[in-house]
Amino acid sequence: MTLALAYWMETSIKLAVTLVVIPTTSLILVYLFLFKMMAFMQSRLGPMETGPHGTLQLIAEAIKFLQKEDIHPDNADKHVFALAPIVVLMSTFLLYVVLPAGPDLIVEDLDTGVFYAMAVSSLSALGVLMAGWASANKYALLGGLRAAGQLIAYELPLVLAVVGVAIQAETLSLQGIVHAQANWEIFGIASGMPFIFTQFLAFLIFMISAQAELTQTPFDMPVAETELVGGFHIEYTGFRFLLFFMAEFGTAFAFASIGAVIFLGGWSLPFVDPTANWLNIVGPGVMLAKILFLTFLIFWVRFTYPRLREDQLQKFAWKVLIPLSLVNIVVTGVFKVAF
Amino acid sequence: MPSVSGYVKGLGVTARTAMRTMFPDGIKKPIPQPSKGAVTVQYPHEKEAPPDRARGVISLVEDNCTACMLCSRSCPDWCIYIEGHKVKAPPRRAGGKARTVNAIDRFDIDYALCMYCGICVEVCPFDALFWSPEYEYSEPRIADLLHDKTRLAEWHETVPDFEPYESGSEQKVRKVPR
Repeated sequence: MTLALAYWMETSIKLAVTLVVIPTTSLILVYLFLFKMMAFMQSRLGPMETGPHGTLQLIAEAIKFLQKEDIHPDNADKHVFALAPIVVLMSTFLLYVVLPAGPDLIVEDLDTGVFYAMAVSSLSALGVLMAGWASANKYALLGGLRAAGQLIAYELPLVLAVVGVAIQAETLSLQGIVHAQANWEIFGIASGMPFIFTQFLAFLIFMISAQAELTQTPFDMPVAETELVGGFHIEYTGFRFLLFFMAEFGTAFAFASIGAVIFLGGWSLPFVDPTANWLNIVGPGVMLAKILFLTFLIFWVRFTYPRLREDQLQKFAWKVLIPLSLVNIVVTGVFKVAF
Repeated sequence: MPSVSGYVKGLGVTARTAMRTMFPDGIKKPIPQPSKGAVTVQYPHEKEAPPDRARGVISLVEDNCTACMLCSRSCPDWCIYIEGHKVKAPPRRAGGKARTVNAIDRFDIDYALCMYCGICVEVCPFDALFWSPEYEYSEPRIADLLHDKTRLAEWHETVPDFEPYESGSEQKVRKVPR
């Protein structure tokens, strides 16, 4: 059965779903990992009073942020200052365009989906730099510069890690990659296993670079609270800070879902026909489980390690990750041609 | 290249702590009981038991105080207020001379100012000031945090006895005057 909808109806439904999904994903991630898992890893309880086991704490936080006064410094470049969090959040929103949750559940299946996602995610570097520059605060500027340097450095291994997968899948479309994982063959035998088994090195590189792209500890120098008192969002209060906060966790969810799609098979299951219609119902659940697993990894690492030094961070990207990902591409290419 | 094993070990430590907090009865009883596993004390719901020598509140033994002002003068915040007058006391032994001692009219500690440094307790040469582990004395009005000598004397009932030192110590265990 196919529903024939006018373009504007379809678009507004997609827009509404996306607008609901992004804040919800941030809520889930913050509650599940930032509040509860982090607390358990430190033998604490986390919020307990607002709602059962503190489940409504985030609603209270959001209301608190909305009540706050919208302050900007006297010397701030007001328009850029106001625009910066919107640019950052916009990059998050645009990421969700290509994330598939089922055979037909996708906002827009672009042919260059992975390329688009990588390109759009680097927009946030611009927003961060705008925030750092426009705040008229030296700590914010330092944080913004650090963020820009870090995001550019780790964009490369991220993209190069994805290239390995793209070579194996022979497509850049995220839906195509899901189908490729269900159908690919090795030595003439149907495999059906996700790409993490052949691209484990790429998976590791992808997760490490994603950690850095999201400026999560141990790569959180841009927001280093002990030296930069919060970095680029030091001057932001209330709603604008909430936008940054939401973008951080919305992007974490988006990166985890890109990782889930290209390495863990997305919404499909191994040995299941990826065109089956029932996957439209089960798919989002499967996808969510895989995403939560990957975000668990991201936050587990975040809560375990202390911050790296700035030069260590750069050295790690340029001297370790990028050569490794180049090797991965070469090896994948050779295997692709040979078998 | 930093050692990878150390990084893996770190991940293990956090994962183990999380598991211990979630499942305090071990993995055989997989019911999450974080309230039992975490070290957090849910304060208003359950009371925390501070250690005996915790610095909760300072108590006063009025009979021992000579209004020598040492505590008041050594207080970094100047939060101890003492006023006294001289009274005649009977001689120590029969036939002796009558003594003059100080009696205190006022001995107030302003807990709104106190920073719990304990210098007054340390400096008191007459065993008149002691630490009590009680901590629940917040007030809606800040002026009520000024505890007068009757209130300070009431705190003294909550001062626990000093524990004996470890064996072999030549220090004599202090006694709390009752």
